[in-house]
Amino acid sequence: MVDKDYSDVINRIDLIASKIYDDLQKTNIPFLKLSTRTKSNIKFDDKLNVWKYGKSTTERSAKSLDGAYMLLRTMYVVDFIKEMIKASKSSTLREMYYISEGWNLAKFSSQQESDFLAEDLEVITGCMREDFKLRPEEDGARVIGNLTLEEMTRNNTKKKIHCQDDVGDSGYSIPYNVEPEKITFKSADAKFILAIETGGMFDRLVENGFDTSYKSILVHLKGQPARSTRRFIKRLSEEKKLPVYAFTDCDPWSFRIFASLAYGAIKTAHISEYLATPSAQYLGVTPSDIENYKLPTDKLTTEDIDALKSELTDPRFQDSFWKNEIKLQLEMGKKSEQQALAKYGLDYVTDTYLPEKLAEMGVNKK
Amino acid sequence: MAEITAYDLAKKQKEISVAEFFERNKHILGFGNTTRALVTSVKEGVDNALDACEEVGILPDIIVEIKNHDESECKVTIEDNGPGVVKQQIPHIFGRLLYGSRFHVVRQSRGQQGIGISAVVLYGQLTTGKHAKIISKVEEGKPAVVTELAIDTNKNRAEVITQDITHWEKPSGTRAEISIMADYKRGKRFVYDYLQGTSIVNPHARIVFKDAEGTEQIFERTSDALPKKCIEINPHPYGVELGTLIKMAKNTKSRKLSSFLKTEFSSMGDRTTDSVCEEAHLDKELNPKEMTRDQFLELHKAFKKVKIMAPSTDCLSPIGETLIRRSLKSETMEISPEFIITASRPASVYSGNPFQVESGLVYGGNLPKDKQIKILRFANRIPLLYQQGDCLITDAISNIDWRRYGLDQPSGRGLPIGPAIILVHVSSTQIPYTSESKEAIADIPEMQSEIELAVRECARKVQHHINKKVKRVKTREKFDLITRILPEIAKKSANMIGKPVPSLDAVVTKIMDVVWIEDLVEYEKVPVQTKLVNNPEEKEVSGKGIITKSTIMVVNYKRTSQKFNLYAIIPNDAVVGLVKPKASKITNNYIKWNIDSISPANKVDIYFELAGLEKGDLEENDLFVENINPAYVIGADKWEGE
Repeated sequence: MVDKDYSDVINRIDLIASKIYDDLQKTNIPFLKLSTRTKSNIKFDDKLNVWKYGKSTTERSAKSLDGAYMLLRTMYVVDFIKEMIKASKSSTLREMYYISEGWNLAKFSSQQESDFLAEDLEVITGCMREDFKLRPEEDGARVIGNLTLEEMTRNNTKKKIHCQDDVGDSGYSIPYNVEPEKITFKSADAKFILAIETGGMFDRLVENGFDTSYKSILVHLKGQPARSTRRFIKRLSEEKKLPVYAFTDCDPWSFRIFASLAYGAIKTAHISEYLATPSAQYLGVTPSDIENYKLPTDKLTTEDIDALKSELTDPRFQDSFWKNEIKLQLEMGKKSEQQALAKYGLDYVTDTYLPEKLAEMGVNKK
Repeated sequence: MAEITAYDLAKKQKEISVAEFFERNKHILGFGNTTRALVTSVKEGVDNALDACEEVGILPDIIVEIKNHDESECKVTIEDNGPGVVKQQIPHIFGRLLYGSRFHVVRQSRGQQGIGISAVVLYGQLTTGKHAKIISKVEEGKPAVVTELAIDTNKNRAEVITQDITHWEKPSGTRAEISIMADYKRGKRFVYDYLQGTSIVNPHARIVFKDAEGTEQIFERTSDALPKKCIEINPHPYGVELGTLIKMAKNTKSRKLSSFLKTEFSSMGDRTTDSVCEEAHLDKELNPKEMTRDQFLELHKAFKKVKIMAPSTDCLSPIGETLIRRSLKSETMEISPEFIITASRPASVYSGNPFQVESGLVYGGNLPKDKQIKILRFANRIPLLYQQGDCLITDAISNIDWRRYGLDQPSGRGLPIGPAIILVHVSSTQIPYTSESKEAIADIPEMQSEIELAVRECARKVQHHINKKVKRVKTREKFDLITRILPEIAKKSANMIGKPVPSLDAVVTKIMDVVWIEDLVEYEKVPVQTKLVNNPEEKEVSGKGIITKSTIMVVNYKRTSQKFNLYAIIPNDAVVGLVKPKASKITNNYIKWNIDSISPANKVDIYFELAGLEKGDLEENDLFVENINPAYVIGADKWEGE
């Protein structure tokens, strides 16, 4: 791998340090400004077709204790990034969290905090996490289907992988870096990509040979999909002109999985155009499916109900499909898992449910 | 049908024995069930012991022991270090109902009708058939007397079974062993509550409780000062009943109405006596023994119409705020409360009876936040354990809108919910109990309003403390920010871009923008006893040689220089020692400093010493400021004048 030019990243990082320094020098209370990263500040970008942060900004000021801690941690993190760039090293987000143990006052109290700060830095500098030499844990989301891709291995050799013939039943594992320098898509003989929330359902479709019988590329989302999984799906969909359908459980959390896949996640709205696949469609399980297919259900918990209500005010769920489905689910007070389809037998999902749902989307078997 | 005549009835009419009297009235005497009986027995014994010790000025050391050999029978032993009882009096005091010296006296005392310890002896005898054993020693060097006695229930006289002399190490004291039928399992907790309560309102007493399991619980003495001795006073005209008035007139030595009124009643001077007689249209020269019932009636009415000075309150013996605080502190140690607050009202009067209310409030610590507050009720230093719902104290507390003081109270009435214990102590020459069982105070509007005022004052102080704490926590965070975090930010940013670390003073004052006052209280033991000069009674307040040292740090984090006056409040019992820098004024209640201009980011240290307090009496100083906008100041409030 060729070493990237990091001088621009270093310049941007130094800008943060000098901004704080100048504030102090001018006897102003130091602060940093960044886009507000909440539900209320995401706006649909007509050009990019995804949801991005809006105009409202948040100040992290040393006037409050939390703000001051945030600034101090920011100083430590940027210093750490600079050191890594100089030493040509990289670290996982988790490693950075543990390294902060040695930062005294600037120590993070949870990894969530340090992950969030890394995202904040992306928002402030316009750089990507990868530019900071920070990477996530390997999350191993899986792919199976008639797809051939080429991966640059750690030995700097290119290796062709066919995602049916060259992999076992658990499929091809998506690496954290899915950029063109790492992965190129060669050929794909498929009609669509099916993004599946749970491992159990992914395995069921693999066992039933759905990737072959329906000419599909199956991708396991593994819950809320990692950046690399979303980026992988986006690139594959755009480069190979494949539609994407999401197949998840039927509860508010699964709807959010779909939203981050198709519209862009609230947490990462600054890079939505890079991660989201605006053409992705929600296949199911929908609240209407629960009724139509008479699926076994569980009662909504109070957290579920709150999450559904919050989605009613989420700008990403304002179309009539989602409004109706969410309202319907609140009325029913029920939720269901995708594996509940097993009620009608192990083949029901591949023989009946998916074909019927796909037909609604205009996809037929042959 | 044969006619029943008065002669027939007379055959059935006979004097009822005390046993029968007791049996009929046992519920109002506190022996209604076997649980109550245990507590009442302990209570009568301990009340007697406390009264006896105080009467002769001995600090009470009381031992209560309960043995429970038989499931339904307990042997209750109460031992004190009081003056003892002379041999001849033992049968009367322990073996005769309604015998006592306190029956007709107007002053504050614990037992008011002398049913007392003999009732316990009778109850024991009726339920177990066993005799009571009394040991008493009146003088050092003399032997103690052991008496075993029973009560002859027909004659209401003691029957001495044996009387002997024995050796007893105590210099003097009394020990009573009485076997009674009692429910130990259920009653034990109440005994504990009663003794704990008693200890709280009798900080001068040390009480040891040995339970049947052999565990020894010690309620330590927290004050070496005996309660102020109460002066006996004459009845006040407002409180006297017609029957009592007539009886007093029959027994008086005075031969004239005017002297009868002046000598046998309190607050009756020449002028008031004249007005009363005039109002009643009675001749001052009348012989009170020859007055008619109608004349007494007129006199009694006249009492109410004439304005008579309130009775003197010397006959009351309140506990005092410092001592209430100290005992609450010692008894709530395991709760580790956030604050203990006290309030006391001036003496007041209801229908001629003087009374006074004191209250205390324990807040926070391990107290449950989601339960009703606990109430500790006391009357004349006796804990009231039962009938909380019928008591005026409960009513008064329920009447307060606690939501204003930051406690939950779902409907704005009733007992609030929150981490608090409220203590109310009412002292009076005549506690208006709802019934003879003396467990609840009756509905007296004057008393209710005094209780409300006292408790409200505590509530206000608690709220004040909480607000102050919240404000301090917030500012302390900022303090952390400017002293630790900001310098780090500066250092790190300077390092990264390779420039010198900038000065932070100006930014610091911008972030803080307050005058910060912090105080630290420490105690030091000194070998000498401190005699207090400013105590009007020249009584030696137990200082035990503790010096309370306060250091107050005043830092100006405003952007401009600040100049103002600072006041520190001095507790009642304290005497001011060393003060640095020189105070501009010292009174009985406060110390005042004129603080000269402090420039931004500079500080001034103030130090002073107090004597006459015990460790923990002053946990933090009440500080006030003047001639500065109080909103700029953290750690002190606006001085509202004296």
